[in-house]
Amino acid sequence: MIAYIIKRLLISIPVLFGISVLVFFMVRLVPGDTVTAMLGNSYTPEQAEALRAKYGLDEPLITQYALWLKNVVQGDFGYSQFTNTPVLEAILARLPITIELATLSVLIAIIIAIPLGTIAAIRRNSKFDYGASLFGMLGISIPNFWLGTLMILFLSLYAGLFPSGGFVGLAESVWGNLQSMILPAIALGTAVAAVAMRMTRSSMLEVTNQDYIKMARAKGVSNSRLIIKHALKNALVPVVTVLGIQTGYLLGGSVVVEQIFGLPGVGQLALQAITNRDYALLQGTILFIGSAFVIINLIVDIVYGFLNPQIRY
Amino acid sequence: MSEYIMEVNDLKTHFHTKQGIVKAVDGVNLRIKPGEILAVVGESGCGKSVTSQSIMRIVGQKKSEQLSGEVFYHGEDLLQKTEAEMRKIRGKHISMVFQDPMTSLNPAYNVGTQIAEMPQIHENKPKKAAWQRAVEMLKKVGIPSPDKRASQYPHQYSGGMRQRGVIAMSLSCDPDLIIADEPTTALDVTIQAQVLDLLRRLRDETGTAIMLVTHDLGVVAELCDRVAVMYAGKIVEEGTSEDIFDRPKHPYTQGLLHSVPRPGHAERLQPIEGQPPSLHDLPEGCRFADRCPFVMEQCRNEQPDLLTTETPGHTVACWLEKEGVEDDNRRTRPRQQPEETF
Amino acid sequence: MNDIWYQFKKNKIAMFGLIMISIFILSAIVAPILAPYDPYKMSGGESLAGPSLAHWLGTDQFGRDILSRIIYGTRISLQVGIISVGISLVAGTIIGVVAAYYGKWVDHVLSRLTDVMFSFPDILLALVIMAILGPSLTNLMIAIGIVYTPIFARIARGSVLTIKHSLYIDAAKSMGISNVKIMWKHILPNSMAPLIVQVTLSFAFAILAEAALSFLGLGVSPDTPSWGIMLSEGKNWMESAWWIAVFPGIAITMAVFSFNVMGDGLRDALDPKLKNESS
Repeated sequence: MIAYIIKRLLISIPVLFGISVLVFFMVRLVPGDTVTAMLGNSYTPEQAEALRAKYGLDEPLITQYALWLKNVVQGDFGYSQFTNTPVLEAILARLPITIELATLSVLIAIIIAIPLGTIAAIRRNSKFDYGASLFGMLGISIPNFWLGTLMILFLSLYAGLFPSGGFVGLAESVWGNLQSMILPAIALGTAVAAVAMRMTRSSMLEVTNQDYIKMARAKGVSNSRLIIKHALKNALVPVVTVLGIQTGYLLGGSVVVEQIFGLPGVGQLALQAITNRDYALLQGTILFIGSAFVIINLIVDIVYGFLNPQIRY
Repeated sequence: MSEYIMEVNDLKTHFHTKQGIVKAVDGVNLRIKPGEILAVVGESGCGKSVTSQSIMRIVGQKKSEQLSGEVFYHGEDLLQKTEAEMRKIRGKHISMVFQDPMTSLNPAYNVGTQIAEMPQIHENKPKKAAWQRAVEMLKKVGIPSPDKRASQYPHQYSGGMRQRGVIAMSLSCDPDLIIADEPTTALDVTIQAQVLDLLRRLRDETGTAIMLVTHDLGVVAELCDRVAVMYAGKIVEEGTSEDIFDRPKHPYTQGLLHSVPRPGHAERLQPIEGQPPSLHDLPEGCRFADRCPFVMEQCRNEQPDLLTTETPGHTVACWLEKEGVEDDNRRTRPRQQPEETF
Repeated sequence: MNDIWYQFKKNKIAMFGLIMISIFILSAIVAPILAPYDPYKMSGGESLAGPSLAHWLGTDQFGRDILSRIIYGTRISLQVGIISVGISLVAGTIIGVVAAYYGKWVDHVLSRLTDVMFSFPDILLALVIMAILGPSLTNLMIAIGIVYTPIFARIARGSVLTIKHSLYIDAAKSMGISNVKIMWKHILPNSMAPLIVQVTLSFAFAILAEAALSFLGLGVSPDTPSWGIMLSEGKNWMESAWWIAVFPGIAITMAVFSFNVMGDGLRDALDPKLKNESS
């Protein structure tokens, strides 16, 4: 198991390194001068020179990258002219909202997907199964921004059940916070639920055909125990992996969904960095999101190892 | 109460598929005495595995699977039982060993937990006592250092050990009958012998009856008290091991015996010509008619019932028996047949 | 081929997808005939009119006919689909085949590169590329094409690897056939099935991505009749005119749904082994 974790870690390192290279050079390609953009409209040549020296912008690109990476590793992501704070500070301030949104979305997805996929597999080819399949297909087809718009339109504006946007901090009001988060979480979680449901269904179908399920029935195990203890534990292993991969979708979707619902999270920050051409912030946010994806999948792989005794031992 | 612990009468298992009805089991009769080892022998696809799963009612759950007939267990018809009643019988009174030990253990749980589950569900044993039982059972089936092995996972076991584990599981509630479906087919030859030895030893020690489903006549000769020969969903001959091996009556049984090497029999192997009939589309008469060297007009039109031969307890479903064709006559014929074809 | 079609035809929902896609393609071609109004024509007097006989799906804030704009929108969606999927297919297949065929460090470098690209959420990556290239329809198609390239690279690499060491490739090599020719004539045709399925599914992704980027204001220019743009505009008026925010969304969902179910159906038809397991 320890060897397995170390192996996973070693695989992630070159990917993280690659991400940093890509982020650095990609943002370099964005038109406009970084320093002038950083300083805004009024600055002296000396100021520009000092900044250039500080970020090594007068050095060759490779040296610049090394310097940038060194700063990033030390937690210095540069300074955002848009938020007027260090980039790291801006990201950390908004991170809890995105984490909450993503966690709620995954929770909603799991609550919907696992029972639905399991029942669909057990009652295969029934009306329920067809209904679940339709949900699965619609779920991955419906754009999250449209689903969000519809929910604002019908549930907030017409029915008045939820606030139509804006964010209430957890510290202000737990209930208010939940109210402001639930619709975005549904908008974001639906596609994840659909994907996870399809995976649960096909994985359950495969597992219930296995001999050990027949064996368990021959042991006199009750149906509910058969499904929950014997089948589901095996069937959920690939579902966990799928959920890990879906975090990529969640992080990308948060850009869109946070925008619609006016949630000040990391996704919204990334979008603002793009629209305002805030280079340091842009570098910081996408580096952060890319790394988050790698790290979450690393964690998922390790959880997978714990779920699967063939890896654990 | 009869002398048998199980009596299967006219068991039929039909699968309704898009291509039509598949008569996997079509009128099977079997009897098992306490402590007896009965072999059900036949080629793959003859319905022997479906028979064993039908007795356990593992098939017959879906609408497309239709079970009929009677399966008396201690005088009670299992086919009339509710699923809840059946659940109490499965594992506790009748347990099963499947063909492939690689796949019949759940990879997500350690072997001890899987064995301990039996006393937990059937005897309400607390976790600790059940685990103790699991370790005991592993010891009984000859697994070294059972304490340590119990907490290992199936993938850490070798094939032979897994099958021992499965057998330990099937024995853990002290059943009257174990249905072993090709328990040695997936194993290496040397391991096969060990597992068969184990089954015999356990039968001798615990007095549990065993219904051994197999296609391997070698296994049958070695281990079994009585033998039922199955062909295309029906039992065609039944008798003691001696009856079947020394005085086979049905041409199929004879063919089967001629197609495997046997110690003490030096003659050339003679395979049975042709293929078994499709279970979608069974012939009206005897199912072996197309392959039978003695086929008669009557065989094509009418199905023979099981008839008792001159030896009590030895039954055969063949018109030749009814006709009373001379035994000697019948013996000589199959030898002529291959010479013509070669 | 007939067999594949036979398999596919049996799948009702996949057939529904195929029919819907045909309708979309047809409306894109004959949009000028089909659309009752000019999609760009503003009419101040009729702004934000609800669905009526004159305007079946209502009008937007500038009085433009929503039905006509949706019909013209099929052109944008399909164009984005065809060109961006074309870019991903060609670039991805070349990268994947080269990586798998040459192996060693080439494979290492290219595979790590695709891993890195996979680590960015697709929408975010497309947004950044759009920021670099600047907003326009062409750039949008390039951005989406780049984002989905790694998927094709991975599929092509995988299928090449499975057949690379088969006997007939060795035989072709022993006869002195050039590498490029072997790849083109022997390896590619054998990688077709998963690529075809991925092309269909990527159409769905591409349509979705175009709509999302346009919705965020980083896609095509605002007066273009694109479904994403219509939704983005409609969002501001939806309190008084729900139809602006509803109908373009239905169009997007239907288009994406159709490509998704058709991709699924194709996968089942092209891979009978999988079908048997799941039916």
